[in-house]
Amino acid sequence: MSQATSLRKTDVTLTINGKSYTRQVEPRRLLVDFIRHDVGLKATHIGCEHGVCGACTVRIDGRTARSCLHFAVAVQGAEIETLEGLSADGRLAGLQKAFHDAHGLQCGYCTPGVLLTAEEFLSENPEPSEQEIRAALSNNLCRCTGYVNIVKAIANAARDRDKTTADPAGESRK
Amino acid sequence: MKPAPFEFRAPVSLDGVLEEMREHGEAARILAGGQSLVPLMNLRMLQPSVLVSINHCKELSYIRAEEDGLVCGALARQWDVEHDQVAIQRCPLLVQALHHVGARSNRNRGTVCGSLAHADPLAELPAVALALDADMIAASSTGRRVVPAREFFVGALENSLRPDEILEAVRFPYAPTGSRSCFIELGNRNHGFAIAGVALEVTFGEDGRCRRARLAVMGGENIAKRASDTEVALAGSIIDEAAAREAGRLTASLVDVAGDFHADAAYRRELVAVLVERALIQVASGAAGRARSI
Repeated sequence: MSQATSLRKTDVTLTINGKSYTRQVEPRRLLVDFIRHDVGLKATHIGCEHGVCGACTVRIDGRTARSCLHFAVAVQGAEIETLEGLSADGRLAGLQKAFHDAHGLQCGYCTPGVLLTAEEFLSENPEPSEQEIRAALSNNLCRCTGYVNIVKAIANAARDRDKTTADPAGESRK
Repeated sequence: MKPAPFEFRAPVSLDGVLEEMREHGEAARILAGGQSLVPLMNLRMLQPSVLVSINHCKELSYIRAEEDGLVCGALARQWDVEHDQVAIQRCPLLVQALHHVGARSNRNRGTVCGSLAHADPLAELPAVALALDADMIAASSTGRRVVPAREFFVGALENSLRPDEILEAVRFPYAPTGSRSCFIELGNRNHGFAIAGVALEVTFGEDGRCRRARLAVMGGENIAKRASDTEVALAGSIIDEAAAREAGRLTASLVDVAGDFHADAAYRRELVAVLVERALIQVASGAAGRARSI
């Protein structure tokens, strides 16, 4: 097979944050590059590009995944959610406020991936111990090593969600 | 880095996948979850010229409770197997090991069969497949064959599939009555690559003696290995602290261990001894259940 056929672009259609995008890309186009460069959504960051750092974490069909470990063409038709989508409807608002309050970020590069990881984690484990939070974060690298405040922010978010859950007025935020 | 160019195929049926493999054979790689393959492609350590994705082949995503074991299709994702009720109740060793396979976001996408076919020396699932004598079901356009785990794993990153074959499914036998299992590993984190690890299932007789032990060890040098001599030594014995320690020592003398940045070979060997001892004490004391990191 010739190099030319390998480089031939194909149509890839993905739903990102509820909106459908079709772009012509090479088969080797990584999902993270599709999101950032072809669609132009820049909240998803590229770190290590081999699945170690977690900066590129998105949701594919509802579950977290590393967007640097997927070819856009291989997830043809999937529903993708990025930080932009999850914060737009308020789902991440409490978590984001907790990061703000606890100074849970320094340079902010790892933060989008940390937020998506934490959101999935808290939705399944609403009352985590510190050890569980650390385990859940252990594949999201903060190069600033600001883990203490990240862990604190997630613990605070869990505590505040509990209050919200106990308060019927806050029902909509669950 | 970005991967080298490749031709992409995404058949929607198993027959379509097998046809692509017949045509492209040696030049092709199967893309399932991609959690091991894509990093290597991004680093250009692997440059397949054809990638055959099975991600749109929904007929392969099954997890089936059959009479003689739990069968996971090629597209059964690790997170789904880990939370399958039959797997939890009847294949505890598999579920315990799955807790350690990559992070949550890796397990969401990675497949059980993909990890097995990749055959990494420090991957958990080959150790489980070897310990339990799982059946690997290989398929090609000319038919199917069942490959016992011991014949499937050839070496580090090497399996015995022919170029035109795929690992269509794996069958894990159910845990026998009276058995307890333990998967234990030590690494920098509680998932991802370990330094060493142990997959153990012990069937106890009514007298409390070990009737049958199944033990596989991963030490990083080569693909995980059955510790058959340890199994023989344990059969018929009471597993107390002294027996567990002795079994650990014996196992450490049998396995090939790697020496690298994370741990030298002497440390790894000592660790294998300690992990085998702890796993045996855990199953003997009945403290089975969820695998935990140490």
